[in-house]
Amino acid sequence: MGFDVNMIFKIAAIGILVSVLNQVLIRSGREEQAMMTTLAGIVVVLFMVITMISRLFNTVKTMFQLY
Amino acid sequence: MEIFQIVAFALVAVVLSVILRKDRPEIAIQISIVVGIAIFLLLIFKISAVLSLLREIASKINIDSVYLIPILKIAGIAYITTFGAEVCRDAGEGAIASKVEFAGKILIMVLAVPVLMAVLETMLTIMP
Repeated sequence: MGFDVNMIFKIAAIGILVSVLNQVLIRSGREEQAMMTTLAGIVVVLFMVITMISRLFNTVKTMFQLY
Repeated sequence: MEIFQIVAFALVAVVLSVILRKDRPEIAIQISIVVGIAIFLLLIFKISAVLSLLREIASKINIDSVYLIPILKIAGIAYITTFGAEVCRDAGEGAIASKVEFAGKILIMVLAVPVLMAVLETMLTIMP
């Protein structure tokens, strides 16, 4: 149970970190690096979300016999 | 009671999602997806208990599982369809959400056809 709650806070932390980094990089004039960090943050969060989604789909598959 | 945990968890996640909605809307959507998944995973045991109760009742009044399995499948498809459609609508993509719902309806209809055929056959045999 606790694992999923931590997942939420991890994703939120990554999101806030990326947006702060983005602002810092934009202010210091490096727009392309800002774009890179944004993409990197999104990719990391997407990996975590996709593992959760696959867990959900496997659970539903076994529970409702949706093979 | 789990309901307090779930509501507290959802409220915290909503606050986090609203924080991120201004700068990073894509991560805010992913937070709402993960909250939906987490709440469902919390309730697995309750749902499987309900499903086993359903099977037990069906076996008691000797309905063979040919009719029960499509019902479970349709429930599963309906749940996943609404889950996906709501996430799409939450992200502002109403068109994609309605496409997902359309696909879900078609799949459910495909599953329901054999049961409908069985009902029609029994009706025809009953009527002179």
